[in-house]
Amino acid sequence: MADLKSTFLGIESPNPFWLASAPPTDKAYNVNRAFEAGWGGVVWKTLGEEGPPIVNVSGPRYSALHSNERRVIGFNNIELITDRPLQTNLDEIRQIKRDWPDRAVVVSVMLPMNEEAWAKHLPMIEDTGADGLELNFGCPHGMSERGMGAAVGQVPEYIQMATEWAKSAAKIPVIVKLTPNVASILPPAKAAQAGGADAVSLINTVNSIMRVNYDTLTMYPTTGGMGTHGGYCGEAVKPIALNMVAEIARTRETSALPISGIGGITNWRDAVDFLALGASNVQICTAAMVYGFKIIDDLADGLSTFLDDKDMALDELIGKAVPSVTDWQHLNLNYVEKAVIDQDLCIKCGRCHVVCEDTSHQAITHTVDGERRFEVIDDECVGCNLCVSVCPVDSCITMKQVSDDNDAALAWTDHPNNPMRNTESE
Amino acid sequence: MTEQPDIRSKRLEPDEIAANFSDLHPALSRSEALIEADRCYFCFDAPCTDACPTGIDIPAFIQKIRSDNIKGSARTILSENIMGGMCSRVCPTEVLCEEACVRNTHEEKPVEIGLLQRYATDPLIETGQQLFARAAPTGKRVAVVGGGPAGLSCAHRLATLGHDVVIFNRDEKVGGLNEYGIAAYKTVNDFAQNEADYILAIGGIEVRNNCALGADVSLTDLRNEYDAVFLGIGLGRSNDLGIDGEDKDGVVNATDYIAELRQAGDLSELPVGRTVVVIGGGMTAIDIAVQSRHLGAEQVHMVYRRGPENMSASAFEQALAQTSGVTIHHRAPPKRILGDEHVTGVEFDADSGKFVLYADVVFKAIGQHLNGIEGPATENGRIVIDGWHRTSLDRVWAGGDCVIDGDDLTVTAVQHGKLAAIDIDRHLGEQ
Repeated sequence: MADLKSTFLGIESPNPFWLASAPPTDKAYNVNRAFEAGWGGVVWKTLGEEGPPIVNVSGPRYSALHSNERRVIGFNNIELITDRPLQTNLDEIRQIKRDWPDRAVVVSVMLPMNEEAWAKHLPMIEDTGADGLELNFGCPHGMSERGMGAAVGQVPEYIQMATEWAKSAAKIPVIVKLTPNVASILPPAKAAQAGGADAVSLINTVNSIMRVNYDTLTMYPTTGGMGTHGGYCGEAVKPIALNMVAEIARTRETSALPISGIGGITNWRDAVDFLALGASNVQICTAAMVYGFKIIDDLADGLSTFLDDKDMALDELIGKAVPSVTDWQHLNLNYVEKAVIDQDLCIKCGRCHVVCEDTSHQAITHTVDGERRFEVIDDECVGCNLCVSVCPVDSCITMKQVSDDNDAALAWTDHPNNPMRNTESE
Repeated sequence: MTEQPDIRSKRLEPDEIAANFSDLHPALSRSEALIEADRCYFCFDAPCTDACPTGIDIPAFIQKIRSDNIKGSARTILSENIMGGMCSRVCPTEVLCEEACVRNTHEEKPVEIGLLQRYATDPLIETGQQLFARAAPTGKRVAVVGGGPAGLSCAHRLATLGHDVVIFNRDEKVGGLNEYGIAAYKTVNDFAQNEADYILAIGGIEVRNNCALGADVSLTDLRNEYDAVFLGIGLGRSNDLGIDGEDKDGVVNATDYIAELRQAGDLSELPVGRTVVVIGGGMTAIDIAVQSRHLGAEQVHMVYRRGPENMSASAFEQALAQTSGVTIHHRAPPKRILGDEHVTGVEFDADSGKFVLYADVVFKAIGQHLNGIEGPATENGRIVIDGWHRTSLDRVWAGGDCVIDGDDLTVTAVQHGKLAAIDIDRHLGEQ
């Protein structure tokens, strides 16, 4: 079995799977159970400044987007940072690190925008023996109304300022956790880097309202009849997170910034996605909150088996797919694929036909010589992959390259239809 | 051969009988239905719809179950098949919609279309909520002869279109074979009557029970008094075996016994033979054989003159008989009935040689024929119709088991009634 031992910013853990800062890491009881189950590390649920504890709502904090078999596809929450006294958390962190010296214990922190607060609290946390700090600039609900969380993460200047305060107050590594509720993830990532961050972690949750209540026609869920937007997470957000991770990993200025990947990771393949697109380790919350800590078994076993099959070390996987990500303008417009339907596998449901006919290019038959038969009309097929996407049978429709690899590539940057094309060669 | 026949009631405890006659396919729960609905691929020009004799848009109704629009789903079903509830229980789906399901290609497990259809339609029958309103009255009157699936379907569609309908029904209750013929475990809790009540509640339909064509009312009078006549009279008479000893006591038409069973208040009071021989290879033969076992008959033999491939009972039905403890014999035509006054056995003339099966009761289930009708042209004992179910008589339509292309299925009868009603409406509009 491939060794999954991971080192992130010098912080060692037996595998690259950390529990993200969230309810599963709110107290020693949960964290002990997580480590017993085999998790590599935790990011302790966000600590705030010393003083009266945070107050949470006592109505619904969570809601879910379900499939018909009630599989949780997306998840949303309005829970705030830890509502336990600071000292209780510090004492438990100290004990946990003592009891589990081989596991990573990073502490998430959210503080007001004044340097004194950072200078005061970070040494208290560091004193527990914690391995690192994660600055929560991401929570989109509640705390952001008080000028923290996403309210900081959406303003690069604030990110840089707070990161600088954290770096000057702390000796252990500082990870800046980014919010996806921005137009581009690059300015916040660059600001974190400019502020001296040792790494970034992303994504935090996405602003969201789950749905309405069809009986009362109010938003759902509500607390005493009123509701507020929450943070969206779970499998549904993974593609959003992957794009942001890849953006940071493939941009020259930020490419050296280590990334802890977060966002909808549910099984080992999701982890492969994040690692290959540039994350050095991953953090997980929703899947654990949906299935419990036992999922670490599949995550670790699956990743290890995958690395064995690829004859690859964990480090070699990290960033492996990043060179394949580029801007649209660099895609080769002379490359041509067409869909091919395997008639032996086809079950004749006709989904490919109707979606192509109704919404795309009228490139799939429904009848051939009087028989129900679905075939691609090559002259009409633009290779869009819609039929492949909707076909219920795995591998029944595939895309086949019809252009010649020896043909010259032609990107939009050089395309004759592009008035802004490169003209140096002309 | 002097032994007394062993025929008696209470062969099983009441709770055993109750269990034996409970729902053959229990209804789906909401979560089961949602998961099953998700299995539907929502096919283009769906093969299941093509395979449905009433042409229900199956992917559309399943899509509506999936989105929790149960009433809309029922509307999709009932707009093509007003007996969608009964058909969901009695259709041989394994040779109709579910056989056509594309999921059979790779996994041999079609979407449970029948159970989903039942899930969508049951709430309506329970609450009685009407989804269709009658059109403005046309002042036209139509006589529907027969209160079975064809007649009820025809009457409902005509009433919806604004015509007034009188149903002349030979039996005490409407429903026809739904009420008197179908195996009890396929339509529990008086579903046949509940559904008939639901259908009649559209309004504009008068029912005259105990009113048989020929005896109580004549076709000539109906043609004179009504703007149109629909014949949905089924096949009133059971076929005879045509062999020696057929008149002995204990040789019974399966349909008569099933009708008695369906109307029995207490099934444990029904007399049941210890050893039962059923002659026939169709659905009725399966139904009487299985129900005899369920009532406590110790040995039930079902004997068919040809091979399993010729049986009109579906593979599912044959398997149901076998798992219920019925022994099926093939390629064995009956030679003669044995016994003095009461039957003691049946001698068969099988391909492999003669043999005798001892019997306390013998059920005849080799089909039925038309109960002679004056007027419309017939062929092979069934009424001749055209593509719109017009008979040879002016302003007389026919459908269901009594017509030339009837196939003894509820769903086909419903379609016949519907098509005839559409044509009658067209005809009345041209007047």
